[in-house]
Amino acid sequence: MIKAINFIWIILLTLPLCVAQKGDVLIKGGTVLTISQGVKEKTDVLVLNGKIAGIGKNLQGPIGIKSIDATGLYVMPGIIDAHSHIAIDAVNEASHPVTAEVNVGEAIDPFDIAVYRALAGGVTISHAMHGSANAIGGQCQTIKHRYGNMDPETYKMEGAPRTIKFALGENPIRVHGEGQGIVPRTRMGVEQVFRSAFSEARVYRKSQNDFKSGLLAMAPAYNLRMETLADILDGKILIHCHSYRADEILMLMNVLKDFGVKKICFQHVNEGFKVAPELAAFGASASVFADWWAYKFEVYYSTAYNAAILTKNGVVTSINSDSDELIRHLYHEAAKTQKYGGLTDDEALKLITLNPAIQLGIDTRVGSLEPGKDGDIAIFEGHPLSVYAIPQYTLVDGKVVFDRKNDPADMRLDVDPDEKFDFKFYERVAERDKCMQDVTETLFFGQQYHNALHGH
Amino acid sequence: MKQIYAFIILILTTGQLSAQMVAKSEAGPFLLRNATIHTITSGDFTGDLYIKDDKIVQLGVNLRPDGKYTTIDCSGKHIYPGMIDAGTQLGLSEIGSISVTNDFNEVGDLVPQMQALTAVNPNAVTIPVTRTNGITTALVAPKGGRFPGTAAVIDLHGYTPEQMNAGFEGVVMNFPSSGRRGRWDRRSDEDIKKDSEKALKKLDEIWADAVLYAKIDSAASSQKTQIASYQPEMEALKNVVNKKTLLLVEVNKSSDILLAIDWIKKTGVKAVLTGVSEGYRVAPKIAEAGLAVITGPVLDTPRREYDKYDAPYTNAAVMFKAGIKVAIRTDEAENVRNLPFNAGFAAAYGLGKEEALRAITIVPAEILGMADRYGSIEPGKVANLLICNGDPLETKTIIDHLFIRGWKIPMENRHTLLYDEFLKRSPGLK
Repeated sequence: MIKAINFIWIILLTLPLCVAQKGDVLIKGGTVLTISQGVKEKTDVLVLNGKIAGIGKNLQGPIGIKSIDATGLYVMPGIIDAHSHIAIDAVNEASHPVTAEVNVGEAIDPFDIAVYRALAGGVTISHAMHGSANAIGGQCQTIKHRYGNMDPETYKMEGAPRTIKFALGENPIRVHGEGQGIVPRTRMGVEQVFRSAFSEARVYRKSQNDFKSGLLAMAPAYNLRMETLADILDGKILIHCHSYRADEILMLMNVLKDFGVKKICFQHVNEGFKVAPELAAFGASASVFADWWAYKFEVYYSTAYNAAILTKNGVVTSINSDSDELIRHLYHEAAKTQKYGGLTDDEALKLITLNPAIQLGIDTRVGSLEPGKDGDIAIFEGHPLSVYAIPQYTLVDGKVVFDRKNDPADMRLDVDPDEKFDFKFYERVAERDKCMQDVTETLFFGQQYHNALHGH
Repeated sequence: MKQIYAFIILILTTGQLSAQMVAKSEAGPFLLRNATIHTITSGDFTGDLYIKDDKIVQLGVNLRPDGKYTTIDCSGKHIYPGMIDAGTQLGLSEIGSISVTNDFNEVGDLVPQMQALTAVNPNAVTIPVTRTNGITTALVAPKGGRFPGTAAVIDLHGYTPEQMNAGFEGVVMNFPSSGRRGRWDRRSDEDIKKDSEKALKKLDEIWADAVLYAKIDSAASSQKTQIASYQPEMEALKNVVNKKTLLLVEVNKSSDILLAIDWIKKTGVKAVLTGVSEGYRVAPKIAEAGLAVITGPVLDTPRREYDKYDAPYTNAAVMFKAGIKVAIRTDEAENVRNLPFNAGFAAAYGLGKEEALRAITIVPAEILGMADRYGSIEPGKVANLLICNGDPLETKTIIDHLFIRGWKIPMENRHTLLYDEFLKRSPGLK
């Protein structure tokens, strides 16, 4: 009986943690980088119930509202990372070239300290992606960094469109062709994986429709993989495709044309600059690294000017992290486009705010500071594109989730009471291509490469 | 008439040729006129800088050197010494995932005789990509086992390793680690403890052998004979034992740093600590031991989950304020070009701009014993310089000119060439 009462108490006590809270806050007198409507000096931003209620001079909130003095500080929309693998405890379902049925949303890990570290870099939303082992990987999840909530469901951005991971080139080739001896072992094979998967899904959806209209006596057996693929064909799921080489990018656009699929964001897309006019004409977008290259052969012919070339050719471009480390300073990664290609402040900041929001289909909600949009805000000391910028506050839904002046060292949510303090030190390992997490080290590079890279 | 034809043909062919022309470095002498010169060691001034052969010859106002030289107007520009990255695999690795292009990790735990300089590829695509960001000099170090090899310092211009050699040798040692090797490491706490104790014991055995070898060697040479057997690893350690060669001790975890300090005291070697990602936990002990530190990368995640998010950003500043001589490195191959940004983050998080700049110029030169030739703008020093339009640590700053050993280096690399070719691709869509 006592146990039962305790249990009820635990439920009641943790209940508030399961509901993501919305906040009220008045941010006063900052330099507001709205992204969509220019820079406003000495301006207030009022957030009520998690939404931006006003941007202007001398705004007043309800009595007792929390206020942040942003005098001398820069106020910008929360940074959005269109490609990461934080807050998930599985990345690759590397068991088949097509695994459209699996969903990263079922593997959310709200305890991942990387989420807090991303918040400390001003990042409020990330696209938790499936890995790149399969030509058609799993579905991804757009998450809000509501760190402190224990319930995985609270991380999911309500209303965000469904997205799915595709992958071209070396990774699916090595996992399935070299690893398992099945198609695809070449970039020819990768194309055929898409064509046969889409064709099968088209038949599946047609059979369903024929059953509904009475043409068929029986509906096809329910198949979640086919359901998902058919939803892609129906334009209900946005494709985010891991890609590097120009030829494979063109290949996928041709396949999509043949199946009438219009929405795609190419991820990494290191050779996107070579086919920028084709990407622009198709209406495809691109999410790139600022300067990562040469970690594998398909990124050997890269340029740090990629984002600038794509932007100047009219491709909606974002800068992503794909890394627990880079995600902490995406503002700095965006600034590199000013060195490599001379983008303006607005163009550079769009790469980590409005453009990734467009790519994730959430730009009506976030990505710029406008009344009605979510109160996801990053506040910097120093211009965010300066190497000396220091994030001071980060807000999600109007709630302060990072405050540099009130920031204890240990921000873990689940501390093991039996942990032996000194053994939890991890040597630095070079972090490249996190898309291959769960398969890389064993299947790909083998022990020799692992040893070479990691110094043992 | 013939002459006119010849002239037309000449124009046509040179037009075609120049389209394919590869930019080459130019020899001096050069007079860099009317720049803000940041000497690092003796303040800033506006004036001229004269380069002849591979050296900075003269600094001053309205210089008029004798003989012929090329003048470069630097009005409104800034001159800084070339940056030095004191810990890289630059030139030793071409493509990360392709092991046959990686030459920094030889087989064996005790291979200090392996020479990084031997495997530096002077034509590595990474080298121009790196230097055009203002890094003119790099320590290239082997990685891997306990003694993975001998590091060298290279200037980032030249067609043979010998041409690039800046004249430094240091033996690398990876001090036994009691940390986990990333998330794949599933050893129990007890096993980690046992492994590191075993490794420490083994290190002492290796060292006892090296000391013995050095003694026999000096006895043999005093009698003008040689040790009969060929022991290249002991030969390579001999000069470390004799305190002639610097030992670069890679160590990161706080408790390991303390053990390394004891070990260095015990053996009496001439050493510098590298990595030192938890230096901030034991900074007074490092300072007390009088050891210098080459730390980095600064752009790194904390090594423990319970560490403050900015620990890697503030580490250099904490150590500097404790009185330690701190240089900053990237520990990178293709991303060495981010050295100024690593310094910039350290500057923002407590180190300050001036000291951060010193941490990638004069301080590494001092630590590596090269400060008589490198690390600042002074007459007589090697002419490794960058000319830029602002703060060299700031992300958007553009470097206009680069000099390495007095050569004016073309500001192009694979990345800029691809930009030039593809910004306005021709043909475009059709």
